Amino acid sequence: MSALLELRGVRAAHGRITVLHGVSLSVAAGEVVALLGPNGAGKTTILRVAAGVHPAESGRLLLGGRDVTGARPGDLARAGVCLIPEGRGVFPNLSVRDNLLMMTFAGRTRAEIEEIAFTRFPVLAGRAGQTAGTLSGGEQQMLALARGLATDPAVLLLDELSMGLAPLVVGRLYEQVAEIARQGVAVLVVEQFAAAVLGIADRAAVLVRGRIERQGDPGDGLRAELSALYLGSAT
Amino acid sequence: MEQFLAFGIVGLSTAAIYAVIGSGLVLTYVTTGVFNFAHGAAGMLAAFAYWQLSAGWGWPVPVALAVVLLVLAPAFGLFVERVLLRPVQHLGEVERMVMMVALLSGLIAAARWIWNPNEARPLPVFFADRAPLRAGPVTITWHQALTMAVAVVAAVGLWALLNRTRTGAEMRATVDDRALAGLTGADPVRANRVAWILGTQLAAAGGILIAPAVALDARQLSLLIVSAYTAAIFGRLRSLPLTFLGAVVVGCLESYLTGYLPQNAYLPGLRLAAPALLLFAALLLFPHRRLRGRDRRLAPVPAPSARGALVFAASVAALGAVLATVLQGKDLITLGPLLPLGIVALSYVPLAGYAGQISLCQLSMAGIGAVVWAHLGAGGQPWALVVAVLVSALVGALVALPALRLSGVYLALGTAAFTVVLDRWIFTLPSFDVLGVRISMFDQGSLEVSGPSLLGLRLDGERELMVLSAVCLALVSLGVAVLRRGRFGRRLIALRDSEAAYATLGGNLLAARVAVFALAAGIAGFGGALYGMQLRTITAEQFSLVAGLPIFLIAVIGGLGYVGNGLFSGTAFVGPNILLGLASWTQNVVAVLPALAGMGLGHSPDGLVPRLRREWEPVARDRVVLPAVLCVLALAWLLRIADAVNGWLLLAGALAGALALRGWAAARRGAAAEPEIPVEWWGVRRPWRAEDGEVLARGIARG
Repeated sequence: MSALLELRGVRAAHGRITVLHGVSLSVAAGEVVALLGPNGAGKTTILRVAAGVHPAESGRLLLGGRDVTGARPGDLARAGVCLIPEGRGVFPNLSVRDNLLMMTFAGRTRAEIEEIAFTRFPVLAGRAGQTAGTLSGGEQQMLALARGLATDPAVLLLDELSMGLAPLVVGRLYEQVAEIARQGVAVLVVEQFAAAVLGIADRAAVLVRGRIERQGDPGDGLRAELSALYLGSAT
Repeated sequence: MEQFLAFGIVGLSTAAIYAVIGSGLVLTYVTTGVFNFAHGAAGMLAAFAYWQLSAGWGWPVPVALAVVLLVLAPAFGLFVERVLLRPVQHLGEVERMVMMVALLSGLIAAARWIWNPNEARPLPVFFADRAPLRAGPVTITWHQALTMAVAVVAAVGLWALLNRTRTGAEMRATVDDRALAGLTGADPVRANRVAWILGTQLAAAGGILIAPAVALDARQLSLLIVSAYTAAIFGRLRSLPLTFLGAVVVGCLESYLTGYLPQNAYLPGLRLAAPALLLFAALLLFPHRRLRGRDRRLAPVPAPSARGALVFAASVAALGAVLATVLQGKDLITLGPLLPLGIVALSYVPLAGYAGQISLCQLSMAGIGAVVWAHLGAGGQPWALVVAVLVSALVGALVALPALRLSGVYLALGTAAFTVVLDRWIFTLPSFDVLGVRISMFDQGSLEVSGPSLLGLRLDGERELMVLSAVCLALVSLGVAVLRRGRFGRRLIALRDSEAAYATLGGNLLAARVAVFALAAGIAGFGGALYGMQLRTITAEQFSLVAGLPIFLIAVIGGLGYVGNGLFSGTAFVGPNILLGLASWTQNVVAVLPALAGMGLGHSPDGLVPRLRREWEPVARDRVVLPAVLCVLALAWLLRIADAVNGWLLLAGALAGALALRGWAAARRGAAAEPEIPVEWWGVRRPWRAEDGEVLARGIARG
């Protein structure tokens, strides 16, 4: 499988503190890759670098084989990279409808986007005029995820989709993610809630202190290693 | 009835102008998150530019209008966005507000520089030669009709832009979450540019429309906008229709007050102050939602060491003694306010620095202190000084009570409104009686102020007052340092960092806020009384909002969390005044300086005082250089006293000597300093230091 999104030897820093020490990672079309690891390992930074929000100090970012290192987030978004950031990836003071309007940048019209979003998440249709900040957490994540559906991205980057949500809601959201991946989208998921994402992931990478320690099949071996990591026994 | 309708028409046409300006204000706030204090000043500048083109250079009206509205206003909006706001974009809401206050102050000074304020510049109304329209008993001039039409077009256009187009959604989305807007293919910079261009154009249109009705005066035009602010607050800075309603309320209120307010000595000021009173009321009555996604940047407030505070206080007192012996004649009078205004600026440190309460009324508090002292302390009784401080503190506490509901930009706006009420109404009142106590203000003119008698000495000369002010500034600085090190100081900082956490830990918000407002007002009143003594004659004008803005700006530039800020602000604000009189243009340069300094805030957001401290600390810690510096200064001082050199030579010589020695100290220290060690190796290649933990925590928090 050829990689759609590829990071090669990426180093990144927050001020004077280096967070990523040469990370190489690739995601192919239709593949779901789970990025796991303890707090502060640099998982979110990887996603931010991939979306162009955080500059890489060295290393390269490739999209469909093309070098896009240093491109602006807006341009990457138009090229098909969709990052749903941690927390709620919605504009809280805009109405649901205006939030959907913001997704028209990739060529779909407002009506098409509303059609896609409301079909997939009918609950949003009833709240079209409501300010997004007043939606419940799960509804806000649905609205954020609607961007991943409606803008036809090539690459979907998801950061902590489960944060603050009930397990039932998380399960439903990840079903949608798997569905999106089946349509040929490369999905890179960061998740603390490992059980939820390992169920749908094709591959998993474990990030520890800014380095990828292990990559491979999300099988039992990886799970054992993960629990050791999280529970603090020797790695 | 006919008169009632006539005043109604006048009120509505004024309201239309307020609506245009107010909607521009709402537009910039909704789409950039910046409360544009300089919005009115931009309108003022446009009115002057229009006058210059049409009346000054005789260009045809349509050409002049097109140039101002389509070329100059957009260019100015782009300039503000690019040069002023981009550098502070990553800082907090307060820093952006300070930028706008600097712009307001700077534009007023610049306009008074370019267009001599003592010259009358009448602007004709539009369509002056056409007969007014008549509809039954109502008469509407073409100018009024045009104004209302502009307001309606602006309103409909703006509403459609914001609510019906993707550009509008992008603009609002950018305020909500700049990073996320970038992720959805929007260009935040472009959205901001559009907002600033449109906002400035609206301000310009409003300025040009209102200018024929009032005198073309920089200060008056910039502050007319208080009415537009009121309209915008009615719209809670979000809703355009409510902003319109607010504009109608304010416009008609002003018009009917003109028509129906009874004639007596106490009320004319009320009409002028009505918009500000209404603004204050609107701020208190309407709930304000904070814009989301605006994180606050909390500046550090280091605790001064006991030894450091004592050394600083002693240096301030010594500086006063040196100034009093060195200065002569005119310079002594020019630099007299340096130390008293330093005390006024120092009042910002506990209030804005520690407690995080942005207040624009500190110079008014100083004015109250000065008035009380002028009336009660004519004989020099020291107790009158105590009363002056207490009365100022009381007024400060009174401001704090209603202001309890406000924070950030809203608090700044509320205190500014309070200042405008004082300027336009209270300070202009003749004396009156309340419960048998006679209350006098500036006696509708000026007041004579005399110096105090202390320990049998009558301190009335400039030199004695200079030393007295220095001792007072030293003591107040020491007091603020003690406050910072004590329990109350820690509480204030806790209050600033998180009101919710402070309250849940059992702190009393009301008591703390009232106390710090009263304390700061007391300090300011004390400084004001000393300022009055130096000036000898005081007028209300010297304590107005416009006079107080530069002091606020300089204090912010100095760094609000630092005790040394009093001396710094006094020096930086009053020091350049020695240039006055060297040439005719120096006065204008000096007037523009604080605003220019304020605009440089982005370059050192934590203030200049800590930077100066960093630069001079090697000198103070060096056992060889420090005595050398002191010797050089003492030598220079002796030479001046012996009249061997003049004041300029002394200043230049002392500065050059001190700078050279500072370089020496830095070199001595640099030789001993270790090379830079990467952060990962701290504690390994070199020992772990006590401050390392905080350096790391701050680095991570910023990332």
